[in-house]
Amino acid sequence: MSTRCTCAETCQQAGSVPRRSLSCTTCTRTTGGSESTKTVGTMVSRRCAITGALSAFVVSHGVFLLLSKVVAAKPADQSVSRTIRWGLLVDVTKCTEGCSSCVDACREEHGWTGFGRPATDPQWIRKLFLKDRATGYAVSLPIMCQHCEFPPCVDVCPTGASFRRADGIVLVDRHICIGCRYCMMACPYNARSFVHETPRNQQPHTPRGKGCVESCTLCAHRIDHDRPLACVERCTELGHQALLFGNLNDPRSDISQRLASYASVRVRPDLRTNPGIYYQGL
Amino acid sequence: MYTNVTYREIEGRSPQYFILLAVVGVFIALGLCAAYYMEHNGHHVTGMSNQIVWGMPHVFAVFLILAASGALNIASVASVFERTMYKPLARMSGLVAIASLAGGLTVLILDLGRPDRLVLAMVTYNFKSIFAWNVFLYTGLFGIVGFYLWSMMDSRYGMRFYKPAAFATFLWRLALTTGTGSIFGFLVARDAYNSAIMAPLFIAMSFAFGKAVFILILITTCHFTGRSLGRVVLFRLQRLMGIVLAATGYFVIVQHLTNLYMAERQMVEMFILFGGNVYSFLFWVLQIIVGTIAPLILLLYPRLGGNLGAIVLASILVVMGGFAQIYTIIIGGQAFPLSLFPGMDVSSTAFDATIGPYIPTLPEVLLGFSGFAVMVGIVMIAMTALRFLPLSLSDSVVDPDHLHEILDQEDGAVGDAEAKNFT
Amino acid sequence: MRSDDDWGLSRLLVVFLVIINCMAPAVTKAGDKMGPLIPKGKGERCVEETGFMRRNHMELLKHQRDETLYKGIRTKRHSLQECIACHTVLGPNGRPVTIASPEHFCNVCHAYVAVTPDCFMCHASTPGSSDPLPSGDSNEGK
Repeated sequence: MSTRCTCAETCQQAGSVPRRSLSCTTCTRTTGGSESTKTVGTMVSRRCAITGALSAFVVSHGVFLLLSKVVAAKPADQSVSRTIRWGLLVDVTKCTEGCSSCVDACREEHGWTGFGRPATDPQWIRKLFLKDRATGYAVSLPIMCQHCEFPPCVDVCPTGASFRRADGIVLVDRHICIGCRYCMMACPYNARSFVHETPRNQQPHTPRGKGCVESCTLCAHRIDHDRPLACVERCTELGHQALLFGNLNDPRSDISQRLASYASVRVRPDLRTNPGIYYQGL
Repeated sequence: MYTNVTYREIEGRSPQYFILLAVVGVFIALGLCAAYYMEHNGHHVTGMSNQIVWGMPHVFAVFLILAASGALNIASVASVFERTMYKPLARMSGLVAIASLAGGLTVLILDLGRPDRLVLAMVTYNFKSIFAWNVFLYTGLFGIVGFYLWSMMDSRYGMRFYKPAAFATFLWRLALTTGTGSIFGFLVARDAYNSAIMAPLFIAMSFAFGKAVFILILITTCHFTGRSLGRVVLFRLQRLMGIVLAATGYFVIVQHLTNLYMAERQMVEMFILFGGNVYSFLFWVLQIIVGTIAPLILLLYPRLGGNLGAIVLASILVVMGGFAQIYTIIIGGQAFPLSLFPGMDVSSTAFDATIGPYIPTLPEVLLGFSGFAVMVGIVMIAMTALRFLPLSLSDSVVDPDHLHEILDQEDGAVGDAEAKNFT
Repeated sequence: MRSDDDWGLSRLLVVFLVIINCMAPAVTKAGDKMGPLIPKGKGERCVEETGFMRRNHMELLKHQRDETLYKGIRTKRHSLQECIACHTVLGPNGRPVTIASPEHFCNVCHAYVAVTPDCFMCHASTPGSSDPLPSGDSNEGK
């Protein structure tokens, strides 16, 4: 284990977050015996196969991809990239007051069902009803973790459990969260929940445990598999079309083009957190 | 000059000692039970929620951590500011600091969602977090004060490090209290907190609370161990506490005036000061009247100079006011809702735009009191093992050269009742 | 009186030895040697050699967890989800047992060596679909 982990080196792709020393046993093996060469060989050949298949796919579907502006799926063994900044656009004119399907979809996807105790039950995403005091203009909108570029929760976290993934998703590493709740004090959006009691119904893709802090993951597990976010999917299925997800760094993406064409706001822009969630029609 | 000061352990064999130790033990046990109950069931059994994320344990912890820093002030005045008549109290002041910090950290740690991962907080750091810095500041204080105590107590090797240790301790404790205040001062999104004044305010608070706790422990110890406590010591401590309490009051005024001046913060200020709720009651009645004005009179009114009863009462009032102040800051600041959309009337499926409800529960309070018990227990046991307190603190021992008369004249103080010598 | 006492003591010893004797074969039968009865996985062989996995599975999982969480690398080879999917133990009701059951794959060894795995304080201990189903369906089978 004392050997420098070659795997960790290869894994450190552009934009990756360097972590605590990773003692990777696979690599220790690669430095040692003959059997290891085989492992490396198969790994390399597999990677070649993936890349080859991928390039073939890209060549054959390239034109289609460009036209439909679909973000190409990230290969499972590739690190997320800094070149992407995921964002979400909420069109509040299309968000109806009585509807909470995005909240329901999120709850079902991540299993944060409550215990009938509103003050301590988790709330990853919630509906807000706004009425302008001066003009009487009323809207409703969902609010969740705003996935800031400069997240106050990440700044204050003593252990570094709150972190920002290279592609802009703000997450909690529950393996090193000590449950101090300082991030909840710091979050301007009240977006985080503390797990106040032993959770039920844990989903394989969303680990949740008592004593840790949690919040919207922007469905990172779905993004990594190139699937739409649970809330976006539900909102679109129901024909509301109030949520639009995409890469803010790609000027050709739907979200970027919509943002370029119509005025949008973000919550508490005065705090200069540069959130990834935009609101139109406010 | 002070070779005639004889330090001696306390005996620790009297029935009173064991009774008090047993009471301390019971409170620690109750606190541990409370912590287990909270961790086993999850924090939903406490009054804390997703709106009020820090509750009663944090009030106790912050009080004890501030008191720790403030108790050191006695030693600093003796060494850094060369008021030598405080020197016989310096060892005791270091001990109270360590004990109080240990008590505060115990409460803080046992309230964590995952206290079993404490070691993680010691090995993984995010250095942008003031919390991470505080981990160093808190643990560092143990080491530095320990070294300081050694430099005071070891006459063979320690003496030469006395001055550097004293300065290091003084600077460290200022940094520590700055760090504690900045936990709140750096919260950009919360109007009740986000202000640089939190650091000096917390330093002033630490002076006042630390002194009050120290005086109470000192007087109790002297009473039970039959040590004489001269008027000079008491009178000096009394005046010093009055001054730091006034300084705290000054920072409180500036803190609230600043917030009242800014339009965006007026809502939260009105809520705390004039909301007609528990926080405005705590602020005006406990913090201002009971915790500031009344003790100021008891501490600074010339006729009460050196009056033991006045000093004890004032210390108790300062502790009470201090709790009210920290409660108002921590809980009150969270109870007022965050403003996500200024100028909009907001309602939601959660708790937006509503005052966060908080009622402290028994386990939280028991956990908090166990912090105090840890402090008292450490002080009691340490004093039987090492020589922290002089055999006598009478005027002839503390101030053999009658320096206080010169100082009193310099300060223009009217020290009446020369005869009031509480021995 | 004294001999009665001795008689009682030796009788106790005999009973004790008999119990031990009865237990011993039960333990040894488990895998033809001392050790827990480890349930078989679904596939032909594990992702790594069995001996290697026994010693190092925690390192692999730890590495993979950071890769997944921080870099979004979701390869299946060393993922906890895949371990659980393959090493499912079905209960009497025909459904996968959770970590609460001593039959659970992880529990069988971990109980034997008296090491409590921390994973399942947060992670699901039964398989869902590793590639999550469309929303709404993901609660099934739980």
